[in-house]
Amino acid sequence: MHMNWFKFSSPATFYPLAGKLVPWFFWLATLLALVGLYVSFALAPTDFQQGEAYRIIFVHVPAAWMSMFIYVVMAGWAAMGLALNARLSAMMAQALAPTGAMFTLLALVTGSLWGKPMWGTWWVWDARLTSELILLFLYLGFMALQSSIDDPRRADRAGALLALVGVVNVPIIYFSVKWWNTLHQGSTINMGVAPKMAATMLLGMLLMALAFWMYSIAVSLLRVRCIMLERERSSDWVKALTAKGAK
Amino acid sequence: MKQAWLTVLKRDLLQAYRRRSDIATTLFFFVIVSSLFPLGIGPEPAVLSSIAPGVLWVAALLAGMISLSRMFAADFSDGSLEQLLLAPQPLAVLVTAKILAHWLVCGLPVVLLAPLIGLQYALPNEALWVLVYSLLLGTPTLSLIGAIGAALTLGVRGSGLLVALLVLPLYIPTLIFGAGAVATSQHGMSAEAHLSLLAAVSLLSLVLAPVATAAALRISVE
Repeated sequence: MHMNWFKFSSPATFYPLAGKLVPWFFWLATLLALVGLYVSFALAPTDFQQGEAYRIIFVHVPAAWMSMFIYVVMAGWAAMGLALNARLSAMMAQALAPTGAMFTLLALVTGSLWGKPMWGTWWVWDARLTSELILLFLYLGFMALQSSIDDPRRADRAGALLALVGVVNVPIIYFSVKWWNTLHQGSTINMGVAPKMAATMLLGMLLMALAFWMYSIAVSLLRVRCIMLERERSSDWVKALTAKGAK
Repeated sequence: MKQAWLTVLKRDLLQAYRRRSDIATTLFFFVIVSSLFPLGIGPEPAVLSSIAPGVLWVAALLAGMISLSRMFAADFSDGSLEQLLLAPQPLAVLVTAKILAHWLVCGLPVVLLAPLIGLQYALPNEALWVLVYSLLLGTPTLSLIGAIGAALTLGVRGSGLLVALLVLPLYIPTLIFGAGAVATSQHGMSAEAHLSLLAAVSLLSLVLAPVATAAALRISVE
């Protein structure tokens, strides 16, 4: 069977496809989020140590997962854009960055909301919190670099290189922060030992993670559509589209 | 290739020598930043010596960073950077000469001056030595990683602030191991583990950073 693998690597063909996919992913995200919220807030048992406040982890943990995962995906698109010189890959990387930064911020905020009743403090220089904060800086650096370069081609390539440098550094930063942390403070708070989780809790967390995943795909497709229109505004397919008055 | 490498190094050093005040600015920046902390925190020797490793390392980080924009900017504006890019020798190798020149001009003076500031912070003798070793091992990494940031932000508006946002998060491992080495020696433990990790980070960046810098320069100049 012969297939043209690169059919949708051109903005002209990808734009309508993304337009068709976006509603599906939004619906999936809404559905999964509703079920996930029901499972995590109604079905999951109350934690005997932490009470009801633990339920914030159903938002916090998936957000933290997504924040790291999106950075890797972003770097993957960036690498592809550099290697194959594909415009769309770079646009995808650019479209993913704000969502990744949003999830990083969400993980930090929910983490501190959880930390206040649990640890009695909004912020602890814990290894995970600190590396999450640094991840936010990496996202912000990527976005700042891209937005301060006017030439989109150069912005793409410079951003891609920065994302790759960042992805090499993320494990180094994570381990250095971890060792720094164990050096400075004793194990007053140990998040490393995962408590045994009830199956419903795990289910709720997984459903929420899937919902966030679908949301990320939907939003980044929506964003990449805007980027495509903006970047390709002088191309024929955008002109045909705008002439038709299509949405 | 050796010839070209030496030429680049000599040229950069000569240029730095002709503009000696630039070197002094970096050095004074380091001194001023590290002198502000006692003024803000108070002169108790016990407090000062406990914050000294972190403060001196952060000051070294910042001093290394503010001088980054000079690494390629002048060459970029007068066109000699393009000549470097067109040279038959591999760019990643030639770039190491520029990075070495930057370190010799901006990193090494900080390393040599640091023990003096350390004395003001009531650091014990042994910790002073560890401070020098750690800076000696760590500051080349700052120049190496910084070169990537400097190359990426070449000719970009607001590049001075942007380079801080790009480069400082990447400096964190060096800061942790460097300041950690001094702190452990203060507590009477061996700083060897930290120094080894610092050396490992340096070697890794020595391998990867010139390649990334060369790629970044090609992106910025084309």
